[in-house]
Amino acid sequence: MSTILTAIIVLFVLAVLFGALLGFASVRFRVEGNPIVDQIDAILPQTQCGQCGYPGCRPYAEAIANGDAINKCPPGGQSTIEALADLLDVEAVPLDAEHGEEKPKSVAFIREDECIGCTKCIQACPVDAILGAAKQMHTVIASECTGCDLCVEPCPVDCIDMIPIETTPNTWKWPEPPSPMQLIATDRGRGVAASESVS
Amino acid sequence: MALIHLSSPHVSKANSTADVMRLVLIATLPGILAMTVFFGWGTLVQIALASVLALGFEAAILKLRKRPLGFFLKDGSALVTAVLLAVAIPPFSSWWVTATGIFFAIVIAKQLYGGLGNNPFNPAMVAYALLLVSFPVEMTRWTSPITQNGEGWQVAGLLETLQVIFGSVEATWYDSFTGATPLDVLKHRAGQTTEEIWRQSDVLINGVAAWYAVSAAWFMGGIFLLSRKIFTWHAPLSMLIALFLMASMFYGFDPDNYVSPVVHLGVGATMLGAFFIVTDPVSSATSNRGKVIYGAAIGVLIYIIRTWGNYPDAVAFSVLLLNLCAPFIDQYTQPRTYGHKRANRGMKGKS
Amino acid sequence: MSKVFAFHGGVHPPENKKQSSRAPIGKAPLPARLVLPMQQHIGGPADPLVKVGDRVLKGQLIAEPIGRISASIHAPTSGIVVDIAAYPIPHASGLSAECIVIEPDGEEQWVEHQGLGDYKALNRQELIEHIRRSGIAGMGGAGFPTDVKLHLSEDHIVNTLIINAAECEPYITADDMLMRERAHEVIGGIEVIAHLLRPSHILIGIEDNKPNAIHALQSALKHCDLNIDVIVVPTKYPSGGERQLIKLLTDIEVPSGRIPADIGIVCQNVGTTSAVYRAVHRGEPLISRIVTVTGDAVRHPQNLETLLGTPFSTLLEACDLRPEALARLVLGGPMMGVTVDNDRIPVIKTTNCLIAATEQEMPPAPPAQACIRCGMCEQACPADLLPQQLYWFSKGREFDKAKNHNLFDCIECGACAYVCPSNIPLVQYYRFAKSEIRTEEREQQKADHARERFEARQARLEREAAEKEAKRKARAAEAAKAQEQRKAQAEQPASEAPAASASPDIKQLKTAAAVARTKLKKAQKAYDEGAAASVDNLAELEAALNDARQKAEAAEQALSAGSPAPSGGGDDQLKQLKVAAAVARTKLKKAQDALKSAEDKGLDGIDKLRATVETLEQKASEAQQAFDAAQKTSAPAAVENAPQPEPNSPESGIDAKALKQQVSIMRTKLKKSQTALDSCEDAEEKARLEQEVADLKQRFDQATAAFEKAEQAQIEAAAKDGVDLKQLRIDAAMARAAVTKSERALSKAESDDERSTIEQDLVAAREKAETLNQTLSQYE
Repeated sequence: MSTILTAIIVLFVLAVLFGALLGFASVRFRVEGNPIVDQIDAILPQTQCGQCGYPGCRPYAEAIANGDAINKCPPGGQSTIEALADLLDVEAVPLDAEHGEEKPKSVAFIREDECIGCTKCIQACPVDAILGAAKQMHTVIASECTGCDLCVEPCPVDCIDMIPIETTPNTWKWPEPPSPMQLIATDRGRGVAASESVS
Repeated sequence: MALIHLSSPHVSKANSTADVMRLVLIATLPGILAMTVFFGWGTLVQIALASVLALGFEAAILKLRKRPLGFFLKDGSALVTAVLLAVAIPPFSSWWVTATGIFFAIVIAKQLYGGLGNNPFNPAMVAYALLLVSFPVEMTRWTSPITQNGEGWQVAGLLETLQVIFGSVEATWYDSFTGATPLDVLKHRAGQTTEEIWRQSDVLINGVAAWYAVSAAWFMGGIFLLSRKIFTWHAPLSMLIALFLMASMFYGFDPDNYVSPVVHLGVGATMLGAFFIVTDPVSSATSNRGKVIYGAAIGVLIYIIRTWGNYPDAVAFSVLLLNLCAPFIDQYTQPRTYGHKRANRGMKGKS
Repeated sequence: MSKVFAFHGGVHPPENKKQSSRAPIGKAPLPARLVLPMQQHIGGPADPLVKVGDRVLKGQLIAEPIGRISASIHAPTSGIVVDIAAYPIPHASGLSAECIVIEPDGEEQWVEHQGLGDYKALNRQELIEHIRRSGIAGMGGAGFPTDVKLHLSEDHIVNTLIINAAECEPYITADDMLMRERAHEVIGGIEVIAHLLRPSHILIGIEDNKPNAIHALQSALKHCDLNIDVIVVPTKYPSGGERQLIKLLTDIEVPSGRIPADIGIVCQNVGTTSAVYRAVHRGEPLISRIVTVTGDAVRHPQNLETLLGTPFSTLLEACDLRPEALARLVLGGPMMGVTVDNDRIPVIKTTNCLIAATEQEMPPAPPAQACIRCGMCEQACPADLLPQQLYWFSKGREFDKAKNHNLFDCIECGACAYVCPSNIPLVQYYRFAKSEIRTEEREQQKADHARERFEARQARLEREAAEKEAKRKARAAEAAKAQEQRKAQAEQPASEAPAASASPDIKQLKTAAAVARTKLKKAQKAYDEGAAASVDNLAELEAALNDARQKAEAAEQALSAGSPAPSGGGDDQLKQLKVAAAVARTKLKKAQDALKSAEDKGLDGIDKLRATVETLEQKASEAQQAFDAAQKTSAPAAVENAPQPEPNSPESGIDAKALKQQVSIMRTKLKKSQTALDSCEDAEEKARLEQEVADLKQRFDQATAAFEKAEQAQIEAAAKDGVDLKQLRIDAAMARAAVTKSERALSKAESDDERSTIEQDLVAAREKAETLNQTLSQYE
């Protein structure tokens, strides 16, 4: 009986000791991280397009921090979802089609001879990328445009187009080399094609 | 004129992974020859058996993984694994010992991890360790070298060897061909001093010369590979030096209880390990500094396990333990890149 | 200073230099067309100065640099500019970019040019400007504008000038041949550069596989006063890499992410020095360069002095290409060059070599095997990287780790891929990872920028809202005052306005009113205070307050009665009438609204309301009539000036409006059907919908056509009157928008005072809108 008692006492004392140690360590060596909302906001593409159902990226970041789904951002696409999943340590899910689909990056373009100068698009632009004044022709500053689409809807004469950004030699990316045939299990379909190309 | 778009460089050195493996196989020839001379046909039979099995398992698993057979079998890595395992196990081991070992090496330790290049452990050593742990009796029944068998070349003939290996001969018969290895004898000496045991044991008096000869043959093979720049000197040399220093230190303090450094370098799998196992690039450390640390740690571990551990030889365990550490070593031994004041240590900005 | 140091790694690929260095430098034929990309250098593309159809002379500036890091471009020969458009350029992507295309006239007529003579007498700034105007960019491969490298700040000390003559890439002999045949130009160029930089050492780094060039340089140096060392380095690729050569010659490493100039070293290619010589001594801008044309697929490999813009096909023909043998066309050397899939691509300032390789010479890479981490790449890497680790990270898209393993110190020399026994396209992996990282960074930057702008806008909107609120409050207060005043005016009998006839001194009245107001305020304040403190003599105070108020009112009335008198006249009357009419209209509108809502709700008092509305209507029309009459009499000229409706326009107006509506209806219908069609899966349904869409489309087209016709007619009609219909339309739209805005504001307004102010605004806006609409409708 006394052995058992000794064991229990010893274990209890040890538990208390280690608990105290851990507690101390967690206070003493606390790592001050960015608030999670800032980190999420940094990942979001900042188009401020509202396709997620929130009025801008930051509100959506706040919503995610409060547990909203991470797959409501079409401009960010799958890569943003993966980055968020990585940050929040949750599973990466496909984009929610309800909020739109991932489109190639584009900028707004105003067909200037059709513009009546109503300023409605200027008011809609979340990043002040449209230049113009009442009764003056408007134009988009392409380098500032985030491609959010928000100016297209309010235009009374439908003179705004979303033009996909073209690849120039300066923005061209080297493609990933073809995958060598050695991955595990995940590439069943590719094995056949690979064997054909080799033999 | 169909022109193509490709990334540079547009020329490449005429070498291939298969060439590398072929050179390694060639380098094992002196060692195999020496073993055959001193221990009989067993080695050759084991190599043949292991090679056939290895290619068979490799082909089967590639088929299961739906990979092109020819392309992967041609790289010769399965053969290298087979030969290394075959020379590491006792020449008269039963066929099923070899089969189990090869299965484990090729299927479990290599292919299940994704095939060549993706295995974290040296396949031959994983298999060897498994066999040593699973069949300790089988694995310690080494053939006695001919130098120990009195007059003339008295080795088991090819037919007899085949009979032993494929299991139709009584154990008592082949007991006459087997005996303890020098490391065994030195390990299980029941309180005698090193000197006493050297004077008494037939294994040590007559047999050790054969072991030295085999080690010398492995060493020759290693030098050949080094000269062909298949690997760099860092890992093998640091391993040998570490082992030598450890042994010298303890031998210097207490020659009665500890074994001379020469014996440590000359017997067991030291030379085979130094030039054929430690240099396995896939599972070892990457940078030159990393290789030095990797080799030295293996050397130290070999001495520790040999001297104070339960197993007579320790190359396999030491290598496996350091395989585990290789990524860690890599992380902290990146070379100093051109234009940088200091080398990177680990990841920046990640806690 | 002739000691040679070593750099880590390096490889020894077969040199293949003999083939092209046997023949002397030839001259490339003049092609039918020269295509000059606007970006042949690092930095901003140049901006064309010529137009299609212009005739240009040889050496004429045709595009000027934009920004500091940029280079100008000159016409390589005389001819006509036939096009300025996007053409394929020599770039790994195979994409097109803006080019000027010149059709040579074969006259080779030079623009007026001459050398600088004694360049040492010139100001350094002027000399650098001359080099900039000559469009010289690094000719070794990168194409960094030379003037930028020479234009260092005054306190920037250059210890060492290194002339890169290593030419370590296999096959290429352009620099070798240049040094053999034109060593004096190279040395002359070095003299100019040395004059500008004033270095303490000048080193020429050259590989030991060019004995002839070394000899030529050394003999040319005999006539040179500068202390120039020709340092022969062992042949090893990539000793010609800028950083590697610096390490070889000086044992100094250029810090990562910095440029050699930061450590007092400037590196120039021999080709560049020769170009500098020509620009300074002969006044010739950079319009041609030496290109090595080699490879087993050409029968006569050689070096050709080639005009920039010459298509590769011309060069290949000149060297007798065997088209059937050509398997790969490489631009640059075999280690770092890019392949091109089009032989119409032109030679640019950085094109040093063109390899027409056969299948045997550059066989397609065998499929990549697994990396066995053999470490050969690591031994070959001249930047001391861990290529195999970088490969794993790039392949696994662990770009953070790749970056941490100094991916960006990789110079993409290809030594690792050259030695790789598994034939892994390592360099492509690094390029892929680099461009991914760069894109990611660019996007991150853009996102941060967008966030900043968004936040700034947000702040601005808030500020504006606050300002508006403040203004609104101020206006409300004013309106309240005005109303009070009006009330007071109404109370005062008309007869009691003596000021009107007596025309009193308005100034006096004003002062009196102000005094009275102040008194009133004081009294009010006292009263408020008293009320708050519940003082006994509250009643007394109240009386005083009332007294003050009366006095103030009287003063105000006197003032208001007095002030309009001097101006008097019809205008005033007109204004009053206008206001009356507007008020009547507003009242009417209100009543109408009330009636409508009542009708909707089915309330009892409808009849009464209806009667009110009728009365109001009458009143409104009376008021309007009165106003109109007044207006006519007071300003007949204005009425005359107003545009008279064209006799035919009402018809066409109705027409156009209806048509427009129809068009928009059609468009909506069409869109709807299209969407339905897109989402529809059932075949039968689809066919039906397709039919419908086609039908609708036709109708839509018809409607659009009709509408356009009508609109055209309107515009013509309007044009006859000299009225800008578009402007008119915009004005009308604006006015309408103002009305809507006011209406919205009215519905939101809370206090009565506020409402009345807004009502007035609204009335004015409506009036304007109506007038405009009327004018507009005359034309539509």
